[in-house]
Amino acid sequence: MTEIRMKVNGDVEALDVEPRVSLLDALRERLGLMGPKKGCDQGACGACTVLADGMRINSCLALAVQYDGSEITTIEGVTHPLQEAFVRHDGFQCGYCTSGQICSAIGMLAEHEAGMPSAVADASPLTEAEVRERMSGNLCRCGAYNGIVDAIMDVAGKDGR
Amino acid sequence: MRSFAYVKAADVEEAVRAVAADPGAKFLGGGTNLVDLMREGIERPDTVVDVTGLPFDTVDELPDGGLRIGALVRNSALAADRRVRTRYPMLSQALLSGASAQLRNMATVGGNLLQRTRCPYFYDAASACNKREPGSGCDALDGFNRSCAILGVSESCIATHPSDMCVALAALDAVVEVRGVDGVRRVPLTDFHRLPGDTPEIETTLAAGELVTAVELPPLPVAANSRYRKVRDRASYAFALVSVAAALEVRDGMVTQARLALGGVAPKPWRAREAERVLQGGPADEAAFRRAAEAELAGATGRQGNAFKAGLARATIVATLRELSTGEAR
Repeated sequence: MTEIRMKVNGDVEALDVEPRVSLLDALRERLGLMGPKKGCDQGACGACTVLADGMRINSCLALAVQYDGSEITTIEGVTHPLQEAFVRHDGFQCGYCTSGQICSAIGMLAEHEAGMPSAVADASPLTEAEVRERMSGNLCRCGAYNGIVDAIMDVAGKDGR
Repeated sequence: MRSFAYVKAADVEEAVRAVAADPGAKFLGGGTNLVDLMREGIERPDTVVDVTGLPFDTVDELPDGGLRIGALVRNSALAADRRVRTRYPMLSQALLSGASAQLRNMATVGGNLLQRTRCPYFYDAASACNKREPGSGCDALDGFNRSCAILGVSESCIATHPSDMCVALAALDAVVEVRGVDGVRRVPLTDFHRLPGDTPEIETTLAAGELVTAVELPPLPVAANSRYRKVRDRASYAFALVSVAAALEVRDGMVTQARLALGGVAPKPWRAREAERVLQGGPADEAAFRRAAEAELAGATGRQGNAFKAGLARATIVATLRELSTGEAR
């Protein structure tokens, strides 16, 4: 067992974990945070997306021990205009991927703001094609993509991007 | 996942010693490939030595005008680096075409070099795979081999190397710096990965315990006009069926310099030296581009599911060179 300390949604948490425990399992099974979902458990679907020190990552491929000392944000720690925008634009149907979609979108908007290029374009503005490319790591098996893109575009527009 | 011991390396010598002394030990970077393989039971280390705390996470200028990329630089950080985007655009484009934003935020440059094939038979423990289980055979030869390689293959293995980044590095004459118990060694990227032959389980020329510490890019003015073009089954977040990394310099209608490498078609990042030879000094026109592509693919050995890749690779080479010769590449 290894003792780790993480700041999760603002609270300092100390945990004893085996090295093989993923960050996702530590959040769900040890801290009771059921927002991040175990969709594929192999880094293919994005349902487990959380923010680690502000960067979006797949928590299923992260060993918890590697995030000792990190600041983790899950959907439970998020208050963001994206949440209402997802409701307004029907950005989900079953809702299983939504927590990952929103955490990913928060990370994506910050990346875009910081000047991160994408395979579609080198710079602003954040077009619909750009949003689709930058969000391609989050799958939605209900196919709510149009609503998801609309919700993100709505919020991005309001931020003056 | 099988249980293992975890060591967070505090300095590089300690890390290299720990892995060199223990055949059951593995280095751990961002974890995006190794953790997945451990969960599948394909990688079964007893000890994992986490190297992400080592100070190899910067991109620095070299005195000769090249760049030195630390092995722990995250894929997203390298793709965003202004110097890379200006001087070696194909490298930034290759990185951005790979995986997803979440994975690029986690994955390291060193780990990208060492990622393993996504051949479905390598991942499926019920199948024969000489890479996973030497001597067991290869179910891909007569199986679902749409993703598999057509150049550099053997009867033992037709798996592809999955990296996009490495294809650009192969075209750019990158050099890999590795650190072992006996010191530092420098290996050209094109000699870093091995072709399968009859030992497909040995994928690189690294010795036991050697750690990738950096990748160096030489100054290469031609690379300012370069492009990475990737063809895949969906528009984003998929491995390449075929990819082309190309840099081209044209003067008075003639090719004065060309760099070309292919992805998705070979067990290693495939430097297309035959095509470069045909292009060098010749006219920068469609017919010459086609001759170059044909020369490179002349030795292709397709099977029932992947024979289409030869034609796709030729067309993608021609399209990429056309783009670069007419200044359409961004």
